[in-house]
Amino acid sequence: MTKVMPRLAFSAVLILLLAGCSNNSGGANVRASGDRKAAPAFKLKDSSGGEVTLASLKGKVVLLNFWATWCGPCEVEIPWFVEFEQKYKDQGFSVLGVSFDDDGWISVRPYMAAHKINYRIAIGSDELSQVYGGVDALPTSFIIDRTGRIAAKHRGLVDKRDYQDEIIKLLADPKAAIYPETGDDAPRFALLLRPNQRP
Amino acid sequence: MLLASLYCFGQINVLNVAPLRKITVPVNGTAEASVALQLRDGYHVNSNTPADAYFIPLRLTWGAGPVEAVSVIYPKPQLEKLAFSEKPVSIFTGNFEVVTKFKAVAGAVLGQNVMTAKLRYQACNDRMCLPPRTVDLSLPVEVSK
Repeated sequence: MTKVMPRLAFSAVLILLLAGCSNNSGGANVRASGDRKAAPAFKLKDSSGGEVTLASLKGKVVLLNFWATWCGPCEVEIPWFVEFEQKYKDQGFSVLGVSFDDDGWISVRPYMAAHKINYRIAIGSDELSQVYGGVDALPTSFIIDRTGRIAAKHRGLVDKRDYQDEIIKLLADPKAAIYPETGDDAPRFALLLRPNQRP
Repeated sequence: MLLASLYCFGQINVLNVAPLRKITVPVNGTAEASVALQLRDGYHVNSNTPADAYFIPLRLTWGAGPVEAVSVIYPKPQLEKLAFSEKPVSIFTGNFEVVTKFKAVAGAVLGQNVMTAKLRYQACNDRMCLPPRTVDLSLPVEVSK
């Protein structure tokens, strides 16, 4: 009996350690609330010509996805995001795709139709990339909590489950229902749109 | 003048272009120039004929000068199924060359000159893609009798 107990204790510790290392442990990538920084404000035009700002998404969990039509790994994620938008929209969730195609809507519009994208799409800019830390590869996604703070960042293709777990965890967070001062309607960065980015 | 280029996006350097070697093009003949490319392990660029219409092809385009490109010959692409692709994609990896066959233009002046070119490519690995880039190349050329 005395020999069995230490083994059981060791096994329990090992299981806990492994669980802590897993990417699929219920939103393990989500930063602790105190470690989250405010997402930089932005002002973009979506495919219907409507203005989309970070402030306009206040109170929602947002999956901000930087992508491009020429990016193969980005294409893998699109059906996931379509599903997430459909599944969690009513719970206060929204996907915003920001394309980095050089020719803007010329490539993006037909791609949106072909892939039946049901979430908002806007065209990005170098300025936007810079304020989000210099996006140097696609896809890069940020999961923004209801208070407008970055709860997780993914550079490159990750598992669908990772996104899903993070979204569920943030949607269930009761402490993050009030938008902070950082989410005012005056964007800190005036992001210029090139002519071909206008819808 | 030779141009050796190491291109980067942020901190990522994935494509190295070797210096272009001078070529001599006879007035009534042809000559070939090779652009030697080296990709970082794990990365690929789309071939000149990618299967997906949205993918950006590798493209070498020469400017005007005393010689003209008769043909640009790309290597045979690899068809590989990558982690993100349901179907095989047409790519180049590792070390490869793009060869251009030149002939002198009518009335070309004999002597030394420089041809310029633009190499357009877009690189990815299994998980992510880097922005498309256009690289300026210079090729020393001599037109001879």
